[in-house]
Amino acid sequence: MKIHEYQAKELFARHGVPVPRGEMADTAEKALAAADRLGYPCVVKAQVHAGGRGKAGGVKLARDRAEARAHIAAILGMNLVSPQTGPEGRRVRKVLVEQGLDIARELYLAILLDRERETPVIVASSRGGMEIEAVAREHPEAIFKVHVHPASGLFPSHVRNLAFQLELSKAQQQNFARLLAGLYDLFLGCDASLVEINPLIVTAHDEVLALDAKVNFDDNALGRHPEIAALRDIYEEEPLEVEASKYDLNYIRLDGNIGCMVNGAGLAMATMDIIQFYGGAPANFLDVGGATSAERVKEAFKILLADANVRAVFVNIFGGIVRTDLVANGIVYAARGLDIQVPIVIRLVGTNQEEGLRILRESGLNFVTENVLADAVSRVVALAKGA
Amino acid sequence: MSILVDRNSRVVVQGFTGREGTFHAQQMIEYGSQVVGGVTPSKGGQIHLERPVFNTVAEAVRETGADVSVIFVPAAAAADAIVEAALAEVPLIVCISEGIPALDMVRVKAFLRTTRSRLVGPNCPGIISPGKCKVGIMPSRIHRPGSVGIVSRSGTLTYVAVQQISDQGLGQSTGIGIGGDPIIGTSFVEALELFAADGETEAVVMIGEIGGAMEEQAAEFIGRGFAKPVVSFIAGQTAPPGRRMGHAGAIIAGGRGTAADKMAALREHGVHVVENPAEIGRTVKKVLG
Repeated sequence: MKIHEYQAKELFARHGVPVPRGEMADTAEKALAAADRLGYPCVVKAQVHAGGRGKAGGVKLARDRAEARAHIAAILGMNLVSPQTGPEGRRVRKVLVEQGLDIARELYLAILLDRERETPVIVASSRGGMEIEAVAREHPEAIFKVHVHPASGLFPSHVRNLAFQLELSKAQQQNFARLLAGLYDLFLGCDASLVEINPLIVTAHDEVLALDAKVNFDDNALGRHPEIAALRDIYEEEPLEVEASKYDLNYIRLDGNIGCMVNGAGLAMATMDIIQFYGGAPANFLDVGGATSAERVKEAFKILLADANVRAVFVNIFGGIVRTDLVANGIVYAARGLDIQVPIVIRLVGTNQEEGLRILRESGLNFVTENVLADAVSRVVALAKGA
Repeated sequence: MSILVDRNSRVVVQGFTGREGTFHAQQMIEYGSQVVGGVTPSKGGQIHLERPVFNTVAEAVRETGADVSVIFVPAAAAADAIVEAALAEVPLIVCISEGIPALDMVRVKAFLRTTRSRLVGPNCPGIISPGKCKVGIMPSRIHRPGSVGIVSRSGTLTYVAVQQISDQGLGQSTGIGIGGDPIIGTSFVEALELFAADGETEAVVMIGEIGGAMEEQAAEFIGRGFAKPVVSFIAGQTAPPGRRMGHAGAIIAGGRGTAADKMAALREHGVHVVENPAEIGRTVKKVLG
């Protein structure tokens, strides 16, 4: 799960990670009042769950009240389009207004899970303010990493190693040490999957602060952090994905025209792959899960048909433990309750498949059943193209 | 032969009396696996599926001589269940449960290194040595005894591959689901090491997916002299970056873990990489001549 910068900074502050003074506002009046309280210069920052806000015109420095008013008017309500939002962009519903700071250096600091080492890794760079992937490509020597294990904890040498490589002065090192300890505490305590500060700034007065803040959480751990789960902003998510999540369906919208319903995540990915292999384009990833019910199948159908791009639907079910006759009943039940205008190709293989296929055939509904994977996919690709 | 489980495996089920545990224990028993008992705290002394229930894994091991544990407890209790099995010195722990927080697995794996237990999973379908023993949730009907080793991060996709292999008149020595999480007990490389030493396994099918670097590590391992042919499919060639594709571990992060990178690494080390998942069975048939 992702959260907004202003929410991440509130978490930072609570864990002793210094952040600039700032206030979130969702109207122009509140934003301007916040700017007046903070004083000038100040910075107006669009709050959306996407990177690349600066280049997209979503972050602006105001030297005085008139500029603040103009920037707030321009940013609040704008449709922000960055490489991370996709071409349709994201409407800005909130801004963060922050004090302007005297920046001496811009660094980078993050903590994430290193899957190969099976432990968290702290990543720092002397080149902050640019995309870390670009730094890794162009200046790999400017990236420093230290691994830390929860069983042994953070040692002074972890901090020292990074501080010297970042060429921090003695006063700066002490501030950095406190900040890193707080950030590590947050990472573990909140079950984060990523905490990232880009840029981490050093001021002219040797302060070290998080000028930006990004925190992603491990979805598997949200159950034990209700206060974090409450930070979810569904306006930042694709509406169909929000709808799917209500039914515990794993749905991700893509830009093709073949709607997919599959049981199992690996098979759902492979189904997208094989559609592309045969010249089609999947409209979505949708895993209905192993033990799927008629009600879930119906909700899944509703969600994938709500995507106006869908020209044909491919249902690919491998009934291992789940009986395919039950799945077939679910499909028939769902199709009867919905007004389906697009062709549906169904591949139903596994336990009780003869019975499952008979149910589909005798339903009187217009299904195409095809049990050879390659043939089923060729068929749905052709149907999506209007053949 | 086969790897990890066979006719002599004595299986204890953690979460034995729950809905999932009951259903799958019954299926395992019907398959012929030696399920010797189960564990549900504070239900010790009861009889379930005609087998004894114990309060702790340690007690179950002491009383039954179990050497495999399979875990069906809810996610919130699953990390603890793995630790409990390791405390009881069970040599092989198979965790089916899905949804364990990643940082819990960091701690669990650190603890496992101080024990002699091997973990397979979590978030996996388990292990099957066809005709001998099934420890997990895979449909047994599609399997047949034979010489192809299967190792996979996926569930239903693996069943599709197994079906294709069986349809070619071939069978499986052992199938291992290693799990779809970012941190798991047994890696591709460790599974390949076991298959390398197994006389019955003549070829291996490896089903990977986006995220992490386990497939790249396997490619390097194979390049250092794995003597048996390997056929591989990587799911997620069309997956968008930055999105978790169902499995917690299936995510392209920071441009790393793409299917293209994994397929290139595997090809470079002589693996038969199939792009079309409908071709797994036929490709295996071809490489086995």
